[in-house]
Amino acid sequence: MKLKGTQILFKVLEQEKVDTIFGYPGGAVLDIYDELYKTRLRHILVRHEQGAVHAADGYARASGQVGVCLVTSGPGATNTVTGIATANMDSIPMVVFTGQVSTALIGNDAFQECDITGITRPCTKHNFLVRNIEDLTETIRKAFWIARSGRPGPVLVDLPKNVMAAETEFNPEPPKRRKMDVAYEPVPETYEEILRMIQEAERPVLMIGGGIILGGASSELTAFARKLRLPVTGTLMGLGAFPGTDPLWLGMVGMHGTYYANMAVCNTDLLIIIGARCDDRVTSKIDCFASGAKIIHVDVDESSIEKNVAVDLALVSDAKRALGHMNRMIEDRHFEINTRKREDWLNRITDWKHQEPLMYEQDDRIIKPQYVIEKLYELTKGEAIITTEVGQNQMWAAQFYHFDRPHTFISSGGLGTMGYGLPAAIGAQCALPDKLVVDIAGDGSIQMNIQEMATAVQYNLPVKVVLLNNGFLGMVRQWQELFYEKRYSQTDMTYQPDFVKLAEAYGWVGLRTDSPAEVADMLKQGMNTPRPVLMDFRVDREEGVYPMVRPGAGISEMTLFPRKKCV
Amino acid sequence: MERKEHIISLLVKNAPDVLARIAGALGGKGYNIESLCVNATADYNVSKIVLTTRGNLATLNRIEKLLNKLIDVIQVDVVNPDRFVEKELTLAKIKIAEEFRSKIAVDIDSYKWKVVWLNGDYLILEVTADKDEMDQILQHLSELGMVEYTRTGTIVIER
Repeated sequence: MKLKGTQILFKVLEQEKVDTIFGYPGGAVLDIYDELYKTRLRHILVRHEQGAVHAADGYARASGQVGVCLVTSGPGATNTVTGIATANMDSIPMVVFTGQVSTALIGNDAFQECDITGITRPCTKHNFLVRNIEDLTETIRKAFWIARSGRPGPVLVDLPKNVMAAETEFNPEPPKRRKMDVAYEPVPETYEEILRMIQEAERPVLMIGGGIILGGASSELTAFARKLRLPVTGTLMGLGAFPGTDPLWLGMVGMHGTYYANMAVCNTDLLIIIGARCDDRVTSKIDCFASGAKIIHVDVDESSIEKNVAVDLALVSDAKRALGHMNRMIEDRHFEINTRKREDWLNRITDWKHQEPLMYEQDDRIIKPQYVIEKLYELTKGEAIITTEVGQNQMWAAQFYHFDRPHTFISSGGLGTMGYGLPAAIGAQCALPDKLVVDIAGDGSIQMNIQEMATAVQYNLPVKVVLLNNGFLGMVRQWQELFYEKRYSQTDMTYQPDFVKLAEAYGWVGLRTDSPAEVADMLKQGMNTPRPVLMDFRVDREEGVYPMVRPGAGISEMTLFPRKKCV
Repeated sequence: MERKEHIISLLVKNAPDVLARIAGALGGKGYNIESLCVNATADYNVSKIVLTTRGNLATLNRIEKLLNKLIDVIQVDVVNPDRFVEKELTLAKIKIAEEFRSKIAVDIDSYKWKVVWLNGDYLILEVTADKDEMDQILQHLSELGMVEYTRTGTIVIER
């Protein structure tokens, strides 16, 4: 069967079970958009290409499927770069199709030409420029396979206009592919060794990351930790991988981790890291990170192991297989842990928890941002899909909303991309139309992709924005307060739009309060409105995120919440 | 910290941007490629790359893992010098000065260097040697009137 390149693209998307793509048309992709017009594929027209990539990313994180984007050449393509780098740092499976000028013009500085494969080489898992129509089918299939396999990531496919207009024989049979990580079949002795080390440990801690969620290993992890009575902490990306309301859960580790999680990691004698890459926001000063402990690291990406933290035992495996295998081993034999010692350790952690819980000081005159999130958690019973922007809003969301299930906390962890939350919420709502999707935002971040408010209205996506509006770039301000003697250089954002009027102008519902007494009612009203709603909470301007590990310090040296009186 | 030289041999897809990916993967993390040799293998779709870099063992480990992650890299071998033959090739241009004429002639003969081009004033030598040997030879030739040379990266083959 002879098909044009444009037809092949949509045939393969159908075979890959893509039901939604996010995009923005332009000159180089006119033919593709004309073909799209004839298909039944859902296309979400964003208002900026960066929004398309973040939306596809949010779609991927909420659904576990590959997110797909389609944009034009030149500026359309360069606008995707931040979104691609965001997905790359957080290992999100995504395929980005970019238009390109005709092959004869490539290299001629043609109108809207840019070397997007060159630009995105360091921030994609892989990318392709399709030079011949004969390679098109196979390349698109391979892009999806690469995006999903092993440690997932974004793949960019650059599609020259003439290649897409050409015709070729289409082979509808996709080739059989092996899984990319089959090469790493761990030896059974490694599992034995891990279990033996856990058995011998007196103060073990499990530290989990986004790899558990990406690898679909949450139920295996939960069973594993509960069977072995292991306290569990997680990185930002790991939130939701283990039930946040389980007594074994310690909350987040790292720079803004809980006191008890950081103390547990500092005092452990066996740290088991699964699906986390141990970046500097987690470890802080590396010499002080689990310094007395043996360390086991399980990760699907070999290059994540021993990159930052030296380990005693490494296992290259996806989390689901490794944990599933060990769970079966534990069941098959009489596996005993030293219960008394383990309970002593868990009690010690509980003492830390009581000594220094996550806290803030309620105030009856001014809204505390943490209070808004606490109320949001109560009101939604923890069942909302939460996206965040980046900064204080993100850390308070991570601390004060408790995530019981994977794929419910959607946030730019590695790259820390401001402007991520709103388009990601739009993408998540596309994937899960019946769920409540809430973007916990700051007034700085929200303005970075605010144009996507139009997208939400156009497609009837009833996303909610909980805006913690402090008129500051809050996290940078906090650093200036603590480390730059309150010289608030360029972080005061008091000049801002009237967010309620702005919401209304876009066709949203806009709500505002500056009174703590109105917080719960306004949240209730917002959540019960079946339309997109922006809730502008005027919060304490100089509230800080605590605990905080100062840059360069070890994670046990935390600056704790500056208590005046306890709640 | 020990910063030893390491040789890495790669089999890669023979395609336009593969070298850029390798250079980018290493350069982006701050690792320098000190020497490099690339050519197609008997299978034209596959190229062999031999590169050398400097660093401690942890660095070498990281580089190996980074290279293994690249989709277009088929195989990565860290070369154990005990099991491989290692050579470099140099073309050296020498201005024939009267006082060195006889010395050069003797050296060419005893070291079995090949004269690949010659006129009354200059000659070009083809020299193969391993890296350390080559350093010494080039030092020696510079004292005999060498004006210019082109030196390849290291190439290796398993014994």
